[in-house]
Amino acid sequence: MLEEIGTTEQGDLVINVGPQHPATHGVLHLVITLNGETIRKVDPHLGYIHRSIEKMCESLTYRQFIYVTSRMDYLSSHINNHACAMVVEKGLQIEVPARAQVIRVIMDELTRIASHQLWWGAMAMDVGAITPFFHAFREREMINDIMEETCGARLTMNYMVPGGVMADLHPDFQRKVKEFIAEFRSKFDEYDELVTGNIIFQERMKNVGVISKEDAISYGCSGPVARASGVSCDVRKWSPYECYSRVKFDEILYSAGDSYARYLVRMDEMRQSLSIIEQLIDSIPEGDFQAKTKAVLKLPKGEFYSMVETARGELGVYVVSEGGTTPYRIKFRSPGFSNLSALNHMSVGGKIGDLVATMGTLDLVIPDIDR
Amino acid sequence: MTKEELKESLLNVYPEAVVEEGGEWLTLQIEAASLLNFARDLQNKAEWDFNYLFCQTCVDWKTHFTVVYFLRSLTHRHSLVVKVKIDRNNPEIESVQHLWKTAELNEREIFDLFGVKFNHHPDLRRILLTDDWNGYPLRKDYEDPVNIIKL
Repeated sequence: MLEEIGTTEQGDLVINVGPQHPATHGVLHLVITLNGETIRKVDPHLGYIHRSIEKMCESLTYRQFIYVTSRMDYLSSHINNHACAMVVEKGLQIEVPARAQVIRVIMDELTRIASHQLWWGAMAMDVGAITPFFHAFREREMINDIMEETCGARLTMNYMVPGGVMADLHPDFQRKVKEFIAEFRSKFDEYDELVTGNIIFQERMKNVGVISKEDAISYGCSGPVARASGVSCDVRKWSPYECYSRVKFDEILYSAGDSYARYLVRMDEMRQSLSIIEQLIDSIPEGDFQAKTKAVLKLPKGEFYSMVETARGELGVYVVSEGGTTPYRIKFRSPGFSNLSALNHMSVGGKIGDLVATMGTLDLVIPDIDR
Repeated sequence: MTKEELKESLLNVYPEAVVEEGGEWLTLQIEAASLLNFARDLQNKAEWDFNYLFCQTCVDWKTHFTVVYFLRSLTHRHSLVVKVKIDRNNPEIESVQHLWKTAELNEREIFDLFGVKFNHHPDLRRILLTDDWNGYPLRKDYEDPVNIIKL
């Protein structure tokens, strides 16, 4: 791959960005063809962190395979686990207790906020602002502490199991979540003052990496990337799972389709997530946190598909079962993979300096793309 | 459209499609030869309008491969699963990347991991593995004593 660097017959310059580059946030390798500073083509080379999770899962039981999926989109590990637990529950028709449903949704939304906070800090850093990174991590730390108390881990939580959640909530959970909500709400104005309203930032983001609604659909974009182009695709709205149908929240839609719209979608989503948690935190039902399940799970012969809305978009888990204790075939429809496929379309004709802004607002997590 | 309405309306036009029962969404098996026409109709006819290919994958059944397309209409909010059986020894199928652009990378992934050749794909090469990789890892008969540890 490295020998591709050089000059083409038309005089275009071919350069590598990555696999080790601060703006790619991981091992993404882009081979970029440039005419002066204008991008002619972006060709992503993937697989630097490919572990073939799908093949691995074929030899893991329905209880074990959930833990591997925390290592896909590690910023949404709760939500990945959730999708896997749901597909097993669908196959075995397990009813999840009301308490577990609410705990799951609160955890999912906390994860979404934590993921968006990290994205916010890292993206601002990509375009040259260092300070937001520290602000974002200061608030994110509170979520990590909450997670650590209840789940015992800060990044790959592995808290969701088929039938519910692994353990009951920590006694301090509700108090700490409320403290976090109050704290984070008070900081939002700071976020907006520091970045959102900043004219330099806006100049760098507006009309950069534009994608139309039709193209976003055709490229299979989902999550904030699609919603910034006006594609209504929130799985929580259109195919509600757990108790999402009972809570009030808005699907955030913008129509500009540029980097700034993608930025605004995520900022508004954090506010919506806070509101979802607020609606649920005082009314967590009493009862079991896990349904009674058999020690060895065997899905009936057939095919099952579950989907959830992660911080990056629609995650699908497709399981083909032959009736055994392990899946016959498993496929993860990862949101990052589809969102990345639109990168070339978004950046062609733009400047190389803007590529970082486009990539930053795609919110790519490379292990999620490579799997 | 509901699952039943969709089934009726699709079978009216394509009576040869085989309905597979049991899934969450309507599942149709069609012949590889009619895939392109079928896919074009699914996308273009206003009453179906399947504009969103949200998942595309392949399953190795040891005797044959099945390429699976998960389609959704974001206008009508109905979903459909299309399955196409192909020969395992000479796996070849038409590409649909000109209809749904997301198929471009997805088809490269299937080519990489299963060795299915997508005809008329503009840039069919390995995507996750290196270009000189031997074999196709997601096939059931794939052996790799170095990277796969059997317990």
